[in-house]
Amino acid sequence: MKKPRAAVTADTERRLNMIEAINEALDIMLARDPDVIVMGEDVGFFGGVFRCTAGLQEKHGKTRVFDTPISECGIIGVAVGMGAYGLRPVPEIQFADYIYPGLDQLISEAARLRYRSACEYIAPLTVRSPFGGGIFGGQTHSQSPEAIFTHVSGIKTVIPSTPYDAKGLLIAAIEDNDPVIFFEPKRIYNGPFSGFYDKPVEPWKRHKDSVVPEGYYRIPLGKARIVREGEAMTVLAYGTMVHVAEAVCIAKGIDAEILDLRTLIPLDIEAIEASVRKTGRCMIVHEATRTSGFGAELSALVTERCFYHLEAPVERVTGFDTPYPHSLEWAYFPGPVRIGEAIDKLLKD
Amino acid sequence: MAKRPEKPAHSGHNKPALALHVPEPKFRPGDAADFSHLEIPQAGLLTRPDETIHPSEIGDFAYGLIRVLGDDNLAHGAWDPKLDPDTLRTMLGHMALVRAFDERMFRGQRQGKTSFYMKCTGEEATSVAAAMALASDDMVFPSYRQQGILIVRGYPIVDMINQIYSNKADKLKGRQLPIMYSSREHSFFSISGNLATQCPQAVGWAMASAIKGDTRIAATWLGEGSTAEGDFHSACTFATVYNAPVILNVINNQWAISSFSGFAGAERTTFAARALGYGMAGLRVDGNDVLAVYAAMQWAANRARANAGPTLIEHFTYRAEGHSTSDDPSGYRSAHEREEWPLGDPIMRLKKHLIAIGEWDLERQAAMDLDCAERVK
Repeated sequence: MKKPRAAVTADTERRLNMIEAINEALDIMLARDPDVIVMGEDVGFFGGVFRCTAGLQEKHGKTRVFDTPISECGIIGVAVGMGAYGLRPVPEIQFADYIYPGLDQLISEAARLRYRSACEYIAPLTVRSPFGGGIFGGQTHSQSPEAIFTHVSGIKTVIPSTPYDAKGLLIAAIEDNDPVIFFEPKRIYNGPFSGFYDKPVEPWKRHKDSVVPEGYYRIPLGKARIVREGEAMTVLAYGTMVHVAEAVCIAKGIDAEILDLRTLIPLDIEAIEASVRKTGRCMIVHEATRTSGFGAELSALVTERCFYHLEAPVERVTGFDTPYPHSLEWAYFPGPVRIGEAIDKLLKD
Repeated sequence: MAKRPEKPAHSGHNKPALALHVPEPKFRPGDAADFSHLEIPQAGLLTRPDETIHPSEIGDFAYGLIRVLGDDNLAHGAWDPKLDPDTLRTMLGHMALVRAFDERMFRGQRQGKTSFYMKCTGEEATSVAAAMALASDDMVFPSYRQQGILIVRGYPIVDMINQIYSNKADKLKGRQLPIMYSSREHSFFSISGNLATQCPQAVGWAMASAIKGDTRIAATWLGEGSTAEGDFHSACTFATVYNAPVILNVINNQWAISSFSGFAGAERTTFAARALGYGMAGLRVDGNDVLAVYAAMQWAANRARANAGPTLIEHFTYRAEGHSTSDDPSGYRSAHEREEWPLGDPIMRLKKHLIAIGEWDLERQAAMDLDCAERVK
C-alpha cells in the first residue's frame, strides 16, 4: 500500500487533492492521539474505495485502522461504545446513501448521549461519508442527506469544499467531543467542479485552496468562508455547489458575495446576516432535494433576521423533489442554467 | 392491492393453499396455566466445560438449562459456584432490597409521586447474581430492568429515587424518563429508551478495552423481545468477528409487553441457540436460580478475560408483573401463570437454600425484611 503522494510544484508549495488532504488529516490524528480509531467497510488493508484511508493500516496497525462487517448500524453502534470507553472513533460509511441503517444509533444514541447522561458520557465520533451527486451515481450513490442530520439536536454537520478546508475541518471534527457528520463531496475529491459538465475536468493542483500545509492545523467548526466578496447578492452554498455557484457568477459577470458555509451545524449565522444585510439579496444553492432541505432553514433564518434589508424574496436552487436519477443527471443537478435563472430573478428589480 | 398479473399456464399450484402462521401464547386471560410442556431438567446434570472451549463443542448448552439449586434446596453439580455463606446472604439482601424498592416506587407511581416505573419482580437474580459475578469496574450496558446492578454496585438509593422523581437533586437534571439511570462512577452505562441499541455499544466498549490492552470486560442485557432488533444481530456479528470480551445477556422473561416470546422466535428454538450461528458460546440458564446465573456469568467473564471470546447467556425466567406502571397484564395473559411458573421465585429459592444449609433463619429474614422496608421508606 502506497500512501498517496502530494504533487510538488515549481514554487514548492505542497498541493493535495481532497482525498490526499483527508488521508493526511487522518494520518496526523492517528499519530497525535492514540485514542483515534479509523474503521469502516474496506478502509483497512485496501485503503478505502476512494483511497481516503490508503496506507493508514500499514502505518498505524490493524487495531487502529481496520475493516468492519457490512453493517452500518453495527459500525455506528460500536463506535458509540468505543466513545463511551474513551476512544475517538472515526467510522466511515462508504456512501452517505447507506447511512440510514445507522440512523437509530446516530439519532437516538450518539446525538443524545451527552444530554441524556448529563455529560457523564460523550460520543466523540466523526462519521466520514462521501456524499453528493454529479457522478452518474444514480439513486444510491448521489444523495445529499444533510438535512436529516441538521434536524437532529446533538449532531454537528460539516461539509468541506476544498482540500485545505477538508484537512483542517476534519482535524477539528475529530477533536470535537460531539458526534460530527463529515460529508465529503465525492464529485470534488479529485478537482473542483464548475457545473459546466461538458468542459474538461479541472484538477485540484490549479486551485489556490489545494495548497495544504504539512502537519497539524485546524479550522474551527461554525465559521463560514467568504469565497469572494461582492455587493450584488449573497450566495449561500456548501460542498460541490460552492464551485458551481462561483463559476456561474463569474460566467455571468455577477458581483456576488459567495459564502461557503463549511459547517451547517453549528451555523455561522453572523456571517450570513452581515452579508445579506449588505447585499439585500440571497440565493441558496444545494444539491439536496428542495422540500424540508437545509435551504428551507437558511431561507427562514435570512427572512427572520434580515427581513427589512431584503430587496427580493430569497431564492433557492436545489435538487428536485424526486429520487436522484441516473440518465437525467444534468437535468436534475442544480447546475448553471437553473442557477443563472435564479440570479436573473433575484436581480430583476 | 395492485392487480396481480394473469397466472401463466405452467405455474405451480399449492395444495393445500399457503397459510400464514401467527404465533399464539398457550394461555390467555381466564385460562388455567399449565407449564408441564416445559422441559425442566434436574439441577446439577450438566458438566462445566473449560472456559476456553470452542463454541462448536458446547452446542448442547444452548438447548439445555444450567441449574444448580435443586428441589431439595441444595446446590448440585459442576456449576455450583461454591459461594461462601456471607456472599449468599449479601446476594439475598441485594435481591430483597431490589424487590422492596420496586414495591415502594410502584406505590409512589400510583400515589402520583412519579410519572412512571418498571419493576423487575421475579427477575432479580438476572441482575443481582450476574453483577456480583463481574468485577466492579467491568462496564455494564443494561436495559431498563436491571436496577439490581446499581444496588449491587452500591449506587445510593436516594440518587435512584431522585432520578425517578426528576427532582432538583436528580443527577440527570430531569432530562430522562424515570428509571433511565446513568452512572459512570459505577461503570453503568446511560439507559436509552431505544431497544437493543446498547448491544453493539457494549461490543464496541469491549473492543476498545481490547484495543487498549485493558483488563476490563463489558456485559449487556436485553429482553428476549429485543433480540428481534437488527442491533442484536450486528452486536453478535461484531462480537464474534473481533472476538470481543463481552457478555450478551438475554433475559427471556416470556413477555415483551403483551407479546409472548413466540413473536421473537421462541416457538422454534432457544435464544441461547442464536449464538451458535455466529460461532459464539451460548449458555442457557435457570434465571431464577442465583447460583446458576452467577456460575454462568463467572464462566463467561473468565472466558472473556482469557481472550477466548464473547458469550451469549439466555436467562430463562418469568416477568412476574406488568411490563410497566402503564401496563395491565390481565388484558393479555392468564393470571395463573405467575403461580404456576415452574422455576419459582429467585428470592424464595435462595432463602430456602440458605436455611437448608443452616446459614439463615426466619428471625434473620424478618430483620432483613424490616431493614429493607426502612431503607426504602
